[in-house]
Amino acid sequence: MLQIRYFEEQVDQLYIRGEVHGTGHLYIGMEAVAVGAISALEKNDIITSTHRGHGHCIAKGADLKLMMAELLGKATGYSKGRGGSMHIADVSSGNLGANGIVGGGIPIATGAALAVKKMKTNQIVLCFFGDGATNQGVFHESINMASIWSLPIIYIIENNRYGMGFPVEKAVNIDKLSKRSAAYGIEGFTIDGNDVIEVYKTSAKLIKKIRDDSIPVILECDTYRWKGHSKMDAERYRTKEEVASWKKKCPIKKYKDYLLGEGILKPEEIEKIEKDVQAEITSATQFAKESPFPDPEEAIRDVYAQID
Amino acid sequence: MREIYYLDAIREALTQKMETDERIFLIGEDVGLYGGAFGLTLGMLEKFGKDRIMDTPISEQGIVGIAIGAALMGLRPVVEIMFSDFLMLALEQIANQAAKIYYMFGGKASVPLVIRTPGGGGTGAAAQHSQSLEAILNHIPGIKVIMPSTPYDAKGLFISAISDPNPVIFIEHKLLYKKVKGEVPENIYSIPLGKADIKREGKDITVVATSLMVHKVLKVAENLLSKGIDIEVIDPRTIKPLDLETILNSIKKTGRVVLVEEACYTGGFTSFLASEIQARIFDWLDSPITRITGLDCPIPYSPVLENAVIPSEERIEKGILEIFK
Repeated sequence: MLQIRYFEEQVDQLYIRGEVHGTGHLYIGMEAVAVGAISALEKNDIITSTHRGHGHCIAKGADLKLMMAELLGKATGYSKGRGGSMHIADVSSGNLGANGIVGGGIPIATGAALAVKKMKTNQIVLCFFGDGATNQGVFHESINMASIWSLPIIYIIENNRYGMGFPVEKAVNIDKLSKRSAAYGIEGFTIDGNDVIEVYKTSAKLIKKIRDDSIPVILECDTYRWKGHSKMDAERYRTKEEVASWKKKCPIKKYKDYLLGEGILKPEEIEKIEKDVQAEITSATQFAKESPFPDPEEAIRDVYAQID
Repeated sequence: MREIYYLDAIREALTQKMETDERIFLIGEDVGLYGGAFGLTLGMLEKFGKDRIMDTPISEQGIVGIAIGAALMGLRPVVEIMFSDFLMLALEQIANQAAKIYYMFGGKASVPLVIRTPGGGGTGAAAQHSQSLEAILNHIPGIKVIMPSTPYDAKGLFISAISDPNPVIFIEHKLLYKKVKGEVPENIYSIPLGKADIKREGKDITVVATSLMVHKVLKVAENLLSKGIDIEVIDPRTIKPLDLETILNSIKKTGRVVLVEEACYTGGFTSFLASEIQARIFDWLDSPITRITGLDCPIPYSPVLENAVIPSEERIEKGILEIFK
């Protein structure tokens, strides 16, 4: 969680200083969802991510250096500078990619679940998306097919209260998005997405069940993004008080308090972890900054995969 | 050699590849017991079972997206979209996902995916079941677009499509399915993508045509021979990648060119081709480049109206004769 938090804070600083060319969407405040759920996976399990995807990518074990280099548009980045923030994938670690289209990853994740079922690899797919994506037609199409074919997948709704600036209360007429599971004859749960232990425990329980039975499930995690939707957001749709109230429910502070309260870690141990992670981010940033930009001639390469 | 229908050639290609490669599966609406809307997949469910001939709900965007996910995991899905018009429902996944994944991910993941779909009009199915939408697809970098006109080409190109590591849209023509028979080898063979075929050699004028239009042009060519006009007919077969070289060489030989396509006039595939021809071999042209295309309107229902919209042999013949006036 700290890796994600510090990475995003660093990215925010780089945006503010104009050192990042494009836009990006920060995961600050939502760290417990990606970390809790992905921690419950085996290494070879699969995820798909979203436009707000740095958190999932880091939680799945991505290399911070290659991520930061991609954000700075460098040749050493995950996508050689072609993808940027919204298109980082790390297929070798089971991350089938972020996605710039809201809901775009839902059928892709479903197809991955179909593939693992066909290949009998006993892998699980976690499909992350926001509350906004639940109103895309492809949400319905995909989950319906996952249900009729009993695919091993958890659809994780990161309900951060807003689809860009449109409040979830205005976007849907139900109190819990997980209730939509009823339409597909599958189970749906809503949990506190800022409590990493709850997310982990629920995910682990569901994953075990899915590995045994191969079924799809919807898991809604209530959470909140602290920063604006993207680089350009005047945040006219919410109050400072609302943001402040959610900051009090910081997932990292909650977990830190738990670790200290239970005597699992001492304050100085936590301090050391914080320092180490900060150093990791600094070195990733340095790597990215020192990396070369791609050759302009690279722009037209890799449009098509070559026949072996 | 034995002769089979266009539809049977495609079924044979798919069947033979499925027999040799377990990663291949077909997914689409009513492709199983029903055999597909045109009967192309009849009997395949019995042969391969429901896990490899997968019937789906009516969810085009979802189906294409699911195929992309399966392709990313190492399988080789073949999607059937019942009518090419319905590709528009799946365009998000085709244009924003499948076409771009290899590029966006820095070449670290490819999407080997074939989308088969019948296109074109002439069946009285009207505006939402008759379109020729290849220009829309052709415009998107990252996908390949194939439009076979003969059973031989259909089988060989399908084999190549299914072996290609990229998303390929394979546009069949409904009027060719059970109307056009031709010699097709029984074994597996492939025709490389991006290689045009000279369907008829001639010396006076080059006519480039795609899909069903190839057959109309070939008939016109026979008619015009008696009037002393010897037409060279070129079928690009794949419009992306496009074999410009064969087309340009032919025009250099004949000095004249007519481009024929069923799709609408504005922004049609041949408008791009015309631009390439004039830019590259302007000095070789003895007359302006002529385009004969569908009219700029939706495909109407009444046969009288439909015939007026889609290029007919008469219209093609007239267009060619104009040049020699």
